[in-house]
Amino acid sequence: MKRYSLWIALAVAALWLASNSRMPKASPGAFDLVPFAKLPVLSEGRNKPFDTVARTSLLILRGKQTLRLEDGLTLDAIHWLADVLFNPSVADNYPSFVINNPEVLGLFGWEQNERKYFSWAELLPHLAKIDEQGRQVETVESAKRTPYQTGISNLRNALLLYQRLKSTLRPEGTKDFTGEIDAFLKTIPAGLEATLKSKKGEKFDQAKFDAFAQLTSRFENMEEMASVLPVPPAPNGTGSREEWISVGTSLVQTIATGTVDPVTKAYARIGDAYLSGNTSAFNRHVRDLANGMANHEPRATGRAAYEYLFNQLEPFYQAMGLYVLAFLLVCGSWLGDNRNLNRAAFYVLLIALAVHTFGLGSRMYLQGRPPVTNLYSSAIFIGWGTVIIGLILERIFKDGIGSACAASIGFTTLIIAHHLGGSGDTLEMLQAVLDTNIWLATHVVTITIGYSAMFLAGTLAIIYVVRGVFTRSLTKDSAQSLTRMTYGVICFATLFSFVGTVLGGIWADQSWGRFWGWDPKENGALLIVLWCAIILHARWGGYIRQRGLMIMALFGNVITSFSWFGVNMLGVGLHSYGFMNKAVPWLAAFMISQLVLMAFAAMPPARWRSFQTATESAR
Amino acid sequence: MWRRLLDFISSLKLTIICLSLAIILVFVGTLAQVNFGIHEVQQRYFQSLFVWWPEGSGGFKIPVFPGGHLLGGVLLLNLLAAHIRRFQWTWRKLGIQLAHAGLIVMLAGALFTDLFSVESFMRLAPGETKNYSEDSRAVELAVINESDKDQDRVTAIPEEWLKNGKPIEHASLPFRIIVRHFYQNSRLQPLEKAGPNAVPAATQGVGARVAVAEVPRATAENERDLVSVVIEVAPSPGDKAPAGPTGTWLVSDQLGAPQSFSYGGMTWRLVMRQARYYKPYSLTLKKFTHESYAGTGIAKNFASSATLTDPEHNENRDVLIYMNHPLRYRGETFFQSGFEANDTATVLQVVYNPSFVAPYLACVIVSVGLIFQFAYHFAGFLRRRKSPSAP
Repeated sequence: MKRYSLWIALAVAALWLASNSRMPKASPGAFDLVPFAKLPVLSEGRNKPFDTVARTSLLILRGKQTLRLEDGLTLDAIHWLADVLFNPSVADNYPSFVINNPEVLGLFGWEQNERKYFSWAELLPHLAKIDEQGRQVETVESAKRTPYQTGISNLRNALLLYQRLKSTLRPEGTKDFTGEIDAFLKTIPAGLEATLKSKKGEKFDQAKFDAFAQLTSRFENMEEMASVLPVPPAPNGTGSREEWISVGTSLVQTIATGTVDPVTKAYARIGDAYLSGNTSAFNRHVRDLANGMANHEPRATGRAAYEYLFNQLEPFYQAMGLYVLAFLLVCGSWLGDNRNLNRAAFYVLLIALAVHTFGLGSRMYLQGRPPVTNLYSSAIFIGWGTVIIGLILERIFKDGIGSACAASIGFTTLIIAHHLGGSGDTLEMLQAVLDTNIWLATHVVTITIGYSAMFLAGTLAIIYVVRGVFTRSLTKDSAQSLTRMTYGVICFATLFSFVGTVLGGIWADQSWGRFWGWDPKENGALLIVLWCAIILHARWGGYIRQRGLMIMALFGNVITSFSWFGVNMLGVGLHSYGFMNKAVPWLAAFMISQLVLMAFAAMPPARWRSFQTATESAR
Repeated sequence: MWRRLLDFISSLKLTIICLSLAIILVFVGTLAQVNFGIHEVQQRYFQSLFVWWPEGSGGFKIPVFPGGHLLGGVLLLNLLAAHIRRFQWTWRKLGIQLAHAGLIVMLAGALFTDLFSVESFMRLAPGETKNYSEDSRAVELAVINESDKDQDRVTAIPEEWLKNGKPIEHASLPFRIIVRHFYQNSRLQPLEKAGPNAVPAATQGVGARVAVAEVPRATAENERDLVSVVIEVAPSPGDKAPAGPTGTWLVSDQLGAPQSFSYGGMTWRLVMRQARYYKPYSLTLKKFTHESYAGTGIAKNFASSATLTDPEHNENRDVLIYMNHPLRYRGETFFQSGFEANDTATVLQVVYNPSFVAPYLACVIVSVGLIFQFAYHFAGFLRRRKSPSAP
């Protein structure tokens, strides 16, 4: 029976992966949004599919990637976006906006009750007030805002984003955009003539002038509002391949060229078909556009399709589940003293690592960057690094401890990443000073591996303390092997933290003109290096042994979390990539928990359950 | 006695004490940046022998904690002493010793940088030429003698002189300048808007129509102190008859235009400006580019295209300064640091740092040391695993 536990575990892992990776398929006779979701656009400086636009927009608006309607139905992000883009009169009634702050609700005279999602239609009467209040907040530094100010500013930005989305593909309130464009084409010659005459002060045809001016201003309005740019540069144009334009811009350009861009025309047809409920026309036009895009913009289309796949597969979510499974298997192996479960855990971890690596690699491919570019990706990379080191430890010591650490840290960092990803696109473009792959690949990666190792050492210490204080399972042998692991990992952390910090200094010298500037993030890195140095010297000098090492490794958790997260919360310095009010209590709770564990560890050995029977005691 | 002192100086215990104090200092110095500007924090915690309490200028103070220079210095001494005393020429120790030697270079370099490096900036509009950079914090009072038609004679009085309050005399000035009041950070207001109790800041010039008030020192990263000084132009000790209108003048960072007066038959101008560092060469900005990613406000690149002219070294060439690619010339380094609103001018950071090589050198030495140490241990590990006698 025991021999099969390995295969059962692997089967469960495979099942978990299979059950979560079903690709959406349109039923016949319905709108097929999959090819639409894959269409590339340029938004926030990079090419991405509509699918990503939909997901990140909905995340910003309501904090989730799906929309739950009042009748209990759940709408995918891409369905929501299709309605916003093509059929806004329906989308305006979706509860797309989250309002959590009671003071913001109070501004509209609403009480806080179980409802926290509101629709555009509900908020419409209050737009002027929101805009006025939100503008006032703009002058306040984001780190110094009250919760109300943050809330109103977020709401204003969300409403603005929604309005911008609505102007992406169609002008406001149009029923027949294709017809409108045709009419526009016809008004251009006469309209231009009338405009010219009016400028010269000659007599001109007022009706023709008005028709032309009215349509032009509609398109100019779109041009001004749109932030998602769906029209690629002309296939044989001389300009940069990055100069995508909005539908509005493309139509304004039509005045000069006399022809309508085929992509603009295609989106008009697609929208008209969607609005009139003509599914077959919609599906056909989308497919034609997708083919055209693939011919003229193969690179952007390929990446967008890959990103769509990446979005659908959700590798980090899958890996999270596998880490939980692996952790349970390790616990099982300890309870039943079962080697097969231990091996099963190891293999499940390997699968999880492969999935995790796929996610990480996909992000690197899509961004064309080394793995760590922001706080979100640092969480993913820390997890990845720890899992690898943990697996190496497991290979050497084979007692499940390496696996347990790998699984728990892998899971935790992915959860953290999940919460950090709530603010929008995690593949955002980099500020100019960060725009250097050499330093991102060396400094950032080494320093992040240093974080990984510190957290791993801290987790090993947690296992040591919990097992030693609360159970009788910490034998002399296992205590010694835990100590050896912790010591080795701290040596590793010292090396990487030191080298990473010095590389950071050199980067700073290259780009800011000083090697060291006492910026909070730099100080955070220095704290880790100093702490590692203290641990190693204290051990070499014989000032600490097993328990001392473990207590210091636990405090390493506190220092590393401060350096990784805490300094960003100070809201000062060159490295503060965003202030995170929400994470403060979690960070504080984590730090306090570590201090409590340190207090337990500091109890005399006689109070440790594992050491009560043992004759020798660790100092 | 000496022996025991030497033992202590080279001891591991001292290392641990210094490192522990350093960790506390760095932590507190990081948190302090929430309330104080980074420059102030650096001076108070890191570029000092002691952290003094209470903070702020003036009054009675006690040292409450060792500062960065003291800790760094003691650590350097400790490292040197331990290095000299315990140095052994063995392969086993070579890596660790190299790594620590690298640390000595790094610490010494850091101390040297702190003491001798000068940071300033150069703001250039397109077409503009400058042969000086300016200090972002310190100001100077320029007293300009305009009587020569062909050239102005400028006497620049540094901020410290104005601050310490002694009467200022100089061979180039036929008068003395007496500092009546020094405002480290100030706000100026037109007299009629400053409230009923406001008094004019000075008797002459703009100061007669303006009220000045002391305000707390600037702490935000992008703000700086606006220094104002009330001075009196008085006859030099030998002179008896004042050869012009005396009285007090307000000079301030916030007053753009210079103020003129005549003394001893000559015309003088007074202007408070940011302290200047003149160079034997000049830069002319040809073009400043500021690119953003399409459809965003995220900066993609800043670049300044300039012409470098150095008559002494017969250099006249075009240079491009952009993100992560500074210009290094005659011991100074020019970095693309910022720009004025609407891209009307570029701001270059100018750094003079005689020991900028130290960290690079240290990094190489430490890395070689650590890599050697690991390789040595790893080789030993492999040898032990091969020999069957090992347990």
